[in-house]
Amino acid sequence: MITAQDIVAGYAGTPVLAGVGLAAGDGAVVGLIGPNGSGKSTLLRTLYAALAPSGGAVLLDGESVAALPGGELARRVAVVAQEHPPELPITVAEMVLLGRSPHRGTFQAYTAADHRIAATALRRVGMREHAERGFATLSGGEKQRVLIARALAQETGHLLLDEPTNHLDIHYQHEILALVRTLGVTTVVVLHDLNLAARYCDELVLLDAGRVARAGPVADVLRPEVLEPVYRVGVRLVEDEECVQLVFRARQPAAAPVAATSSSPATTPSPRTAPRGGTRG
Amino acid sequence: MLEKAAPADDLGRSRRSRRTALWVGGLLVALVASVPVVIGLGPVPIAPSTVAAIVGHHLVGFPTEVTWSASEDSIVRLVRVPRALLGVVVGAALAAAGVVLQTLVRNVLAEPYLLGVTSGASTGAAVVILFGAGAAAGGGALTGSAFLGAVLATGVVFLLAGVRGSVTSVRLLLAGVSVGYVLQAVTSFLIFWSDAPEGARDVLFWLLGSLAQARWSAVAVSAGVAAVSGVVLMAMARRFDAMAIGDETARSLGTDPARLRAWALGVVALLVGAVVAVSGGIGFVGLVVPHVARLCVGGAHRRLLPVAALIGALFLVWADVAARLVFSPRELPLGIVTALVGAPFLILLVRRMRAA
Repeated sequence: MITAQDIVAGYAGTPVLAGVGLAAGDGAVVGLIGPNGSGKSTLLRTLYAALAPSGGAVLLDGESVAALPGGELARRVAVVAQEHPPELPITVAEMVLLGRSPHRGTFQAYTAADHRIAATALRRVGMREHAERGFATLSGGEKQRVLIARALAQETGHLLLDEPTNHLDIHYQHEILALVRTLGVTTVVVLHDLNLAARYCDELVLLDAGRVARAGPVADVLRPEVLEPVYRVGVRLVEDEECVQLVFRARQPAAAPVAATSSSPATTPSPRTAPRGGTRG
Repeated sequence: MLEKAAPADDLGRSRRSRRTALWVGGLLVALVASVPVVIGLGPVPIAPSTVAAIVGHHLVGFPTEVTWSASEDSIVRLVRVPRALLGVVVGAALAAAGVVLQTLVRNVLAEPYLLGVTSGASTGAAVVILFGAGAAAGGGALTGSAFLGAVLATGVVFLLAGVRGSVTSVRLLLAGVSVGYVLQAVTSFLIFWSDAPEGARDVLFWLLGSLAQARWSAVAVSAGVAAVSGVVLMAMARRFDAMAIGDETARSLGTDPARLRAWALGVVALLVGAVVAVSGGIGFVGLVVPHVARLCVGGAHRRLLPVAALIGALFLVWADVAARLVFSPRELPLGIVTALVGAPFLILLVRRMRAA
């Protein structure tokens, strides 16, 4: 269970979050969505105490993360963050074994059990055969899967992911998030793609300029009247088998479009959605 | 289907441990075997068996009968043995320091002298060489002044990089480079300013590094510092693994990156200061050896640090032999040998990297 209350945070005097809350119940997958610069990653960083909020509190199963020692925190929360790939060589196996490091003392070597856990984690993301490869030689999707394996090897009850589907093709986007869903751990995931959020999250928190624009079950947040002012696009809902999906289109600007393109009004991305989209201005 | 793999899949643990054990064991044997041979080599050659007998006689009193000359005895006891041991200590220290620094600033070109340690030591040494009371100052003053210079320079680099705030790798690199340049200018100015005719040559020789200063007292001090530093760095080894990937990763795995960087840099500065003060600025060992060691055992610091230290020791001990013998009886500065051998190695590594 992760709870954040009234978080105020920022970097070097630039405020980013102005009183933001979030609650992820046990085993729930909560998506953090919002436009660029709305504070998604900043909020995520406060959740694992990488950034100390200037106001508010983050609680992990009722305990303040600010009070937890680093090692203890790492045994409870695993993080898959965005980071530049390392310049120094490291193999996939070493990368995943790092997930076991919070469980081992200063002079203690990784045990046989640690290696088994790491191997199982790699198998779970389908990367066991690549254990001896250099991490730098992997494709984007493979790297992301290895980082998730590291988080799995950490054996924590909570998982934080910062845009885990970035740079992945559609296959891996779905594979990664479907995998996250099966884990059964309390998860907070930053997502850019609202359709992925719609399909794989239980609840969503929509941030807009450092404030929560709407939070709750997916169906309550992913509504045209909620999303359109925040993202400044036209939104239409489409029912898929088990969830809702979204179709977007540029909002037609209030002023007149460019005069030369008289044949098509403004920038309509997909001719298919245009006739059925209704008008908005 | 995936779940059906062998239950005792240990992710190649036993194979990796075996490989590390082989490297550590092999390098140890090579080093122990090298030392008596190296001690025997020099302007006055002494057979390794005689060397072993002299050492054994003084250490455990085993060959009770003295079958060697008194001059051989004192050459081995007072000159060659401390010199070989100092080579082991300096080589191991520089290599281990290089590993840690490359990790802390996440830059493959980082090396022990990055922190301004050598330039500080050089300025300190230059002051004594050029303006000290000549011969009266002796080795002690030189070493002390060099160590003081090293520590002061590192302190300034720390302050500039803002260890108290958050010292990032880039700030550290820039601070180290700028302090280095300023101190080089100061050293050059001191040479220009002084009237001592041989002063410039002596300073240059010191800058290029040498083990000729080896005395038992110097060996004892630097070996002590190196042993303590080694234990501390090994204790930090797993945190270094996480640091090598990134600050954010380190933090999420339970390590405060700023604090680890500050502590580790402090240890490295003391370690490098202690060896530079007695050996001068021996380049390339701390830059090249870490890369070689990574090729042998990979990037995990618990394996990397000891293997790098052993390779560094072995490399420096033999480089010193070359420095003593190539232009015998004249002695070549050690830094020339390490650069001549190290640079091609680095080029080789670059070529390999591109292929990988």
